[in-house]
Amino acid sequence: MTTIQTSMPGAGKVIPRSSAWDRLRINRNWLAMWFMLPAAAFLILFLAYPLFLGVWMSFTDDRIGRGGVFVGLENYEWLRDDSIFWLSVFNTLLYTIVASAIKFAVGLYLALLLNRHMPFKALIRAAVLIPFIVPTVLSAIAFWWIYDSQFSIISWSLIKMGLIDHNINFLGDSNWARGSVIFANIWRGVPFVAITLLAGLQTVSPSLYEAATLDGATSWQRFRFITYPLLTPIIAVVMTFSVLFTFTDFQLIWALTRGGPVNATHLMATLSYQRGILSGRLGEGAAIATAMIPFLLAAIAISWFGMQRRKWQQGTDND
Amino acid sequence: MTDHAVDHRTAVAPTVEKDDHSEGMAYLESLPRRIVTLYIPLFIIVVILLFPFYWMALTSIKPDEQLIDMERFNPFWVIKPTFKHIQKLLFETNYPQWLWNTMYVAAASTLLSIIASVLAAYAIVRLRFRGAQTVGALIFMAYLVPPSILFIPLASVIQAYGLFDSPLSLILVYPTLLIPFSTWLLMGYFKTIPFELEECALIDGASRWQILVKIIIPLAVPGLISAFIFSFTLCWNEFIYALTFLQSTQNKTVPVAIVNEFVDGDIYKWGSLMAGALVGSLPLVILYAFFVEHYVSAMTGAVKE
Repeated sequence: MTTIQTSMPGAGKVIPRSSAWDRLRINRNWLAMWFMLPAAAFLILFLAYPLFLGVWMSFTDDRIGRGGVFVGLENYEWLRDDSIFWLSVFNTLLYTIVASAIKFAVGLYLALLLNRHMPFKALIRAAVLIPFIVPTVLSAIAFWWIYDSQFSIISWSLIKMGLIDHNINFLGDSNWARGSVIFANIWRGVPFVAITLLAGLQTVSPSLYEAATLDGATSWQRFRFITYPLLTPIIAVVMTFSVLFTFTDFQLIWALTRGGPVNATHLMATLSYQRGILSGRLGEGAAIATAMIPFLLAAIAISWFGMQRRKWQQGTDND
Repeated sequence: MTDHAVDHRTAVAPTVEKDDHSEGMAYLESLPRRIVTLYIPLFIIVVILLFPFYWMALTSIKPDEQLIDMERFNPFWVIKPTFKHIQKLLFETNYPQWLWNTMYVAAASTLLSIIASVLAAYAIVRLRFRGAQTVGALIFMAYLVPPSILFIPLASVIQAYGLFDSPLSLILVYPTLLIPFSTWLLMGYFKTIPFELEECALIDGASRWQILVKIIIPLAVPGLISAFIFSFTLCWNEFIYALTFLQSTQNKTVPVAIVNEFVDGDIYKWGSLMAGALVGSLPLVILYAFFVEHYVSAMTGAVKE
């Protein structure tokens, strides 16, 4: 990550300062620097710089309202002995792994369904994407009402069907709360996975399936040996994004449970907000946020190799 | 493919007349099989995906006594709908102000990021300066840096610049979410524009700026629309920065206000809460209805590139 700051303005270092105004205007590298300037300014000031500031803050005892001093690894030593922090790590991993796996499975299944011919195809595809369009917090609020302890429509329906005899305390019981937030996350994420994979599926030529069918391939074999290999690169990218956004999720949890009950749904992001902003211990919050970085790097690495493989499949001149 | 094995006899059978304009191998499937393998699963998934919105809309027009009495009234329907909740929302709370804040912040930061992204994407794809590839890769990486690890240091940066509790802080910070995505998307669009057009313009004495404004941008309008509406949606959706940077009630955006201002322990809060969520979602859904194709190409374009 250290390269973000150093090589962004690197575009313009080839021409010596003494060159004429004309060269500033016409030389390709200088011109490119002017073009890159607005984007680079935003990204350096509000993305690269805070990224490093965050890592630095995690080594200080910064609090809201007063600057901190360097305390070395003290924040991390605190976290190491903090059972709530480890619970949040566990919750985050559970949330990410379960939600991403199901999102992938259901998303791929839905993409395969949507790729078939049916009436009102365009309308159905448009409807499927709506959960992705509506702001997460607003749909989370709807889920909050669906999960209400007294007036939950799910409890009501199950009681009427005779399956249970009292209301389920969706957001009040640890395991139910975990399941509920994971379900809401899957609900929100499936459309993204499905629609992007569908775009990948549409590029697969139908003649491949026809040829395979003539050779006697079963539908599973067609999926396994045609669809899946051709879809691998896009799956890699989509799942990287999906894992990344699930891992760093904040708003869904904050709107539904705020980390409760008894920290059972605290993710690292929500814990970091609670410690850093609400309790004012910026240093400790930054340490929790920094602890997420290794996981993000792993996700980026996976994405990178996925893209490399795609280039290799399509020949080298695809840039 | 969820349909089951197609055996040899049907696979090699001569093509039958197609009366439903289906393509390829669709004729190999019988209707009952289609119902079981396609329509039923699809129906279930679509119902689950759309139910929360139905429930949101239904609750927002339900009178209070029907909301809490699930024995006498069937909760899945409403008798004598009321606009009381929506009216209360619009005339007794700061909701119009929050809606305006959200729209204003989203529009301003989207505009800023589109301008920055057009310039950056053009430079990376067409000026081919030294290190263009590296800069492109770095911008992609910037897309992968999530707000959850930046909000604490950004809060202190914003504080240092004296922008705390000001919509300007969001207008300046949101482009970091939008520029990487839009640049990546626009790079894809710019690559499809033939070089020859630019070469002709250069021979005729046009400057790079003229080429960008008079040739590239008009040709990339679909890409710009995609980038614009997708960025707008992202801004509208953004939560953690708005929650961290904004304090006073009148400055809040819709998502933050819904979570913080409506939760007062009132048993009757649900009607206005759902009305708030519904009204806050409608602008985006309407925008989406007009530009479905652009949304899809924005979503898939950034991933496919």
